[in-house]
Amino acid sequence: MHRSYLFIPGNHPAMLQNADIFGADAIIFDLEDAVSINEKDSARQLIKAFFETLQKPKFSIYVRINGLNSSLGSIDLNMVMNEIVEGIVLPKATVSDIKMLSKLLDTFENARRIKKKTVIIPIIETAKAVFEIGQIAQLPRVSALLLGAEDLTGDMEIERTKQGIEIEYPRAKIAFACKAFEIEAIDTPFTDVTDDEGLEKDALHAKSLGMNAKCAIHPNQIEIINKTFTPTMVAIDEALRIVKADEEAQKVHRGVFSLNGKMVDKPVVDRAKKLLIKAKHFGMVEDIDEK
Amino acid sequence: MKNNLGREIFEQVKPFASSDAFNQESRRLIAKKTTEESVVFLKSIEEAFDLLKIKNGMTISFHHHLRNGDKVINLVAETLKKRGIKDITIAASSLFPNNAPLVDLIKDQTITGIVTNYINGPIAKAIGEGYLKNPLIMDTHGGRARAIESGDLKIDIAFIATPAVDRLGNGSGKFGPSACGTIGYVIPDLMYAKKVVLMTDYMTEHIVEPELASEYVDYVVMIDKIGDSEGIVSGTTKVTRDPVGRKIARDTVRVLDALHLIKDGFSMQTGAGGVSLAVVEYVKNIMIQSEIKARFASGGITGQYVDMLENNLVDTLYDVQCFDLKAARSYRENRRHIAISASEYGNPFEIKPIVNDLDFVILGATEVDLDFNVNVTTDSLGQIIGGSGGHSDTAHGAKVTMIVTNLLKARLPIIKEKVTCVTTPGEDIDIIVTERGIAINPLRTDLIDTLSKTKLPIVTIEDLMKTAHHIAGVPNHYELSHQPIGYVRYRDGSIIDTLYKIK
Repeated sequence: MHRSYLFIPGNHPAMLQNADIFGADAIIFDLEDAVSINEKDSARQLIKAFFETLQKPKFSIYVRINGLNSSLGSIDLNMVMNEIVEGIVLPKATVSDIKMLSKLLDTFENARRIKKKTVIIPIIETAKAVFEIGQIAQLPRVSALLLGAEDLTGDMEIERTKQGIEIEYPRAKIAFACKAFEIEAIDTPFTDVTDDEGLEKDALHAKSLGMNAKCAIHPNQIEIINKTFTPTMVAIDEALRIVKADEEAQKVHRGVFSLNGKMVDKPVVDRAKKLLIKAKHFGMVEDIDEK
Repeated sequence: MKNNLGREIFEQVKPFASSDAFNQESRRLIAKKTTEESVVFLKSIEEAFDLLKIKNGMTISFHHHLRNGDKVINLVAETLKKRGIKDITIAASSLFPNNAPLVDLIKDQTITGIVTNYINGPIAKAIGEGYLKNPLIMDTHGGRARAIESGDLKIDIAFIATPAVDRLGNGSGKFGPSACGTIGYVIPDLMYAKKVVLMTDYMTEHIVEPELASEYVDYVVMIDKIGDSEGIVSGTTKVTRDPVGRKIARDTVRVLDALHLIKDGFSMQTGAGGVSLAVVEYVKNIMIQSEIKARFASGGITGQYVDMLENNLVDTLYDVQCFDLKAARSYRENRRHIAISASEYGNPFEIKPIVNDLDFVILGATEVDLDFNVNVTTDSLGQIIGGSGGHSDTAHGAKVTMIVTNLLKARLPIIKEKVTCVTTPGEDIDIIVTERGIAINPLRTDLIDTLSKTKLPIVTIEDLMKTAHHIAGVPNHYELSHQPIGYVRYRDGSIIDTLYKIK
């Protein structure tokens, strides 16, 4: 369960060094767009060396490799595949690319005796991928879908705006598909890194559509993203009251009951329980207990 | 000879014992000056030099409120040079890069002594290279006031850059084209220098409530320009966007919150650096959310504090120097923006200096050692890059003193076994906040008790050093030269450390 995914350019030693202090739940070490073609080799080596020295990271590690339509993607995999890597972020993903990547991962995992199954996060950033979202979400290894709005709007030849009306459909479609197949829905980055207010508004809107995480392209965006995707104390208090009242109602075999003048039935109780699982994961329930 | 911190110091000086040793002493005061005659108005600095009979061996003082925009120090220095006067001691509250012309005067021994609270740029470099004949003395802001009032620092002539002077010879920092706001650091010079000269570029009919009362003034000299007020800007003036700095600022505020220091009626002081401004921004947000109002903020005042004053988040600003023009404007217009003198700010012998009333202060560091001693005077090679200013004064006075610093700067660990130079003693430093953990001084068991119950990343200072070494490696030991060039004088007049010539 993640709220924030921070992109860090693979060729930026200072940012790699500080990766553990930014507070992101997951970090995507980037070998694709953030690294120029001349620096791909050094970036791969830097990331490889970094992974080898990293001790007990407090965040999940992902690597965005180059697309599989050239040899760059497989060279990336060869350099970075390591037990520490949670997953591979695949740009311009299609069903066939994901299947190809999955096979490559099988090979690397066997060859390097990596015990865990490396997951795949496809970036939905082409019109074709949006069309295939339902299929992509069901593929093995796929643990989340990430919306890449910049490339997608480029592919669609439409204007990318701060308001984001143009990405309403793919956002909603990703959210529904991810919910249906129980994987994470990761929202596209907000590219104005100095506009904190705009970021908060954008993240809240994505959350309202069903996204449960958001990418960041600057460490300063993490605080707002984490806050947005963490249940509020008010919501947690309400959920705790509902679950407690439900436990009392169960004792007298009542499926529906009233709490503070509002009817509470199973869907409401289930929602409260889900919220508390999330709150517990992010250490919020303990805070309440301490109070 | 070594002092109580184990630092080698000059023979025949008073060694530092502890930060509260001054409590065993009584305040020493020389007689305040008075002028029996009315103020004499002059048209040129040459006239002033003639009347003052400036001669070899004198001590001449200046303030630094125009900071990097000051023109008076250089003008006086140029006149000293022109007249062939030698062996002058410059007692300036601070010296900045724009005072670079003094380097030649140091080299030709027009200037042979400097007493200051902060110094950076070419003069610091020249002193580090051993060009100053007599030992450099680095005071604190409060300590300088003490030194002047006690006669430890005897000033023959104070040349005071004064943004506005009235026809009676009263002076103010509020008005005129070079208005810099409060001029608190020069008040001891005004009251205790043998002769006082106000240097101004703006005359007005009458100043209500002047900071510089004419009863202390001997001469007023009208010159073309005393300085460029744009040059008073200190620090970055912008909240840092550096993610590491912001992380440090967030954790600092979490500590303040956990210690319940942000509550109705609290008081605080922070610097003008980007991280300090971020701390204030986060504190401000908590204050707005929780409807908290601070009693006062003090020190060098920034526009950020002015916003808080104007939005009624803080009741009073006690301002010893304005860090930007917004602060200077506020001081002129707002009755709750109050000027204080260096003595009222941080003189240890003042009955109730403002620093003693601070709930917390946020300070920086270039180095911190395992005993929590802090260096803000030199870099790790011993080159002078600053000085205490109010560091030691506020660190001693505030109930909680926090240092905010990156654990590594340019791959150099900031936590060291021993600092290159002690500016502020570790006994006055309570908490070090870095991006990779927060260390609490073992002397503050109360803070350890409270903060260890939170989720804050509390570690020992030894752990912080180990983390830094793990990332950047253990730096090679750098042996300073053994040629002293000056010393750091603690606020009570004792010597806390020695400064050495750069290799």
